[in-house]
Amino acid sequence: MNRRERWLVMVVLRDELLALRSVDDIIKARHLVRDCAVSQGLSLVDQTKLVTAASELARNALVHGGGGEMQLQALNDDVRKGIRIVFTDHGPGIADIRKAMKDGFSTSGGLGLGLGGARRLVDDFEIRSAPGQGTTVTIARWQQG
Amino acid sequence: MAALGGLCSASLEDATDLTVPKVIIKRGTFMPHPNTIAQDMYEHRDTVLKDWIGYQLSALTLRRDLLKDNELRESSREFLDLFIEAFGQSADASSPAWKPVKDFLADMSRMRSQQGFTPTETATFVFSLKQPLFDLVQQRNGQDSKTLADELWTLTVLLDKLGLYTTEIYQQNRQGVILRQQQELMELSTPVVQLWDEVLALPLIGTLDSARAQIVMENLLQRIVDTGARIAIIDITGVPTVDTLVAQHLMKTVAAARLMGADCIISGIRPQIAQTIVHLGVNLSDIITKATLADAFQVALQRTGTTLTRADAAAHGTEG
Amino acid sequence: MDRIPILKLGPHLLVTIQVDMHDRVAMTLQDDLTERIVKERARGVLLDISSVEVVDSFIGRMIGNTAAMARVLDAETVVVGMRPAVAITLVELGMALPGVRTALNVEAGMAVLESAGKMAGHGRPAR
Repeated sequence: MNRRERWLVMVVLRDELLALRSVDDIIKARHLVRDCAVSQGLSLVDQTKLVTAASELARNALVHGGGGEMQLQALNDDVRKGIRIVFTDHGPGIADIRKAMKDGFSTSGGLGLGLGGARRLVDDFEIRSAPGQGTTVTIARWQQG
Repeated sequence: MAALGGLCSASLEDATDLTVPKVIIKRGTFMPHPNTIAQDMYEHRDTVLKDWIGYQLSALTLRRDLLKDNELRESSREFLDLFIEAFGQSADASSPAWKPVKDFLADMSRMRSQQGFTPTETATFVFSLKQPLFDLVQQRNGQDSKTLADELWTLTVLLDKLGLYTTEIYQQNRQGVILRQQQELMELSTPVVQLWDEVLALPLIGTLDSARAQIVMENLLQRIVDTGARIAIIDITGVPTVDTLVAQHLMKTVAAARLMGADCIISGIRPQIAQTIVHLGVNLSDIITKATLADAFQVALQRTGTTLTRADAAAHGTEG
Repeated sequence: MDRIPILKLGPHLLVTIQVDMHDRVAMTLQDDLTERIVKERARGVLLDISSVEVVDSFIGRMIGNTAAMARVLDAETVVVGMRPAVAITLVELGMALPGVRTALNVEAGMAVLESAGKMAGHGRPAR
């Protein structure tokens, strides 16, 4: 079965929205993602990777995007179970996405591992952004095996 | 054949209350339903069952080596009862009324695939019901050809769906078996052994792909926590080739172990692999490497404050 | 606001992180810890993260910075009890925490501090 067909028969089991307005919401986001990852049967390592990626991206949306929201979906298709998370902010956006994805790129004085690091922790990663348009990052992690 | 029919109806009656708790079918009292074919089927079910079993027994595909006659009768009877019950409520195989039928087919498909039936043989069980049912429909009185065609079509669609369903279940089971075996193979192929107090060894054998490397890594790190090991020796004597990916996985494992507070030593690097590593530009300079497992073990013992000395009387002794 | 308690164990300080670390808690800890190192003239700090389920780059950076600050104040930091899943994630994230000493548990961490103390010149961490 190819990828396209998989998406067609996908079932959304759970769909939740969380506003990202303060650093407290980063903790809330972590708990929500962990809870969902456990119920979707992800292994402990996969749970930890996904929660960490979500924590990075929630913080990004907050620090660089001035807040936004996180949409969490538990997905099932015939073959596997997974989780998809969409982070949206209405901040200044990113002019050079390729540069922003590189390790060491930072506008906040950090190590700059946020975007590139998060990408390495998940199976699917998609980023859409343009100056003045805000940023949307979609990640997904699938149960292994 | 008369004796055969008698036997079947007897067992049908006996079994009504005992073996088929899911459906309530009592002789003579049939629930109201929108479907007159179902009514006919119910009334003539003994004949249909007898004919169907007859067809199955005479079919070339019947596996007499795997299936005893009475087992075939038993499952045919149970399936027909469930089929009529469901058909009385709906002609659409995807409606909830058909769940008992599908459950039955799923169980049967699972069992038969374990017994060595091919998916075709299992599906034929369902398809073969067409013949007696078509016979029944054609014998019904006062049917114009349009109604007849419609009825036959309904039954064909229904039985095709159910037959394919058994194949689907068969495939799902196979997929499950493959996944389980892959997992077992993975676990078997990554043994972590305790060499000494606080010293673990992971002798890797065979090709390391990404999935296996991941499991190796998780296993080793968990064992480090479980045993409180300070040093882990990863022996790659049995790994045929080391490419960039494998080297990266090794380095990640070493880095993760270090974060947890354990040191890794990589041993068993053959000359050829040493050359590849350098040519690939992989930097292993931060990692302790030794040519053989024995050398690595010696380093591990030194690190943990143990010394091995050969006793004078040629026997081995330890102190430390 | 939650505060992470800092315990004095002889010449060392023990910090056990048990909450899901909030950014502000992490920053407060850095202030509290550097203050205590100076006040107690501590030689070593044990940072027990065995209950921590997630370390993202912010918390990872906090750990690295804390160790660096302690070192400037002449105290050695040992991070103890990192869970395997957390370690794998940090490596994947690209944070190997170079220069930070680690140990499997508090006991082993204490042994690291003791041996570092004996060798007197504990300015640079060994790998």
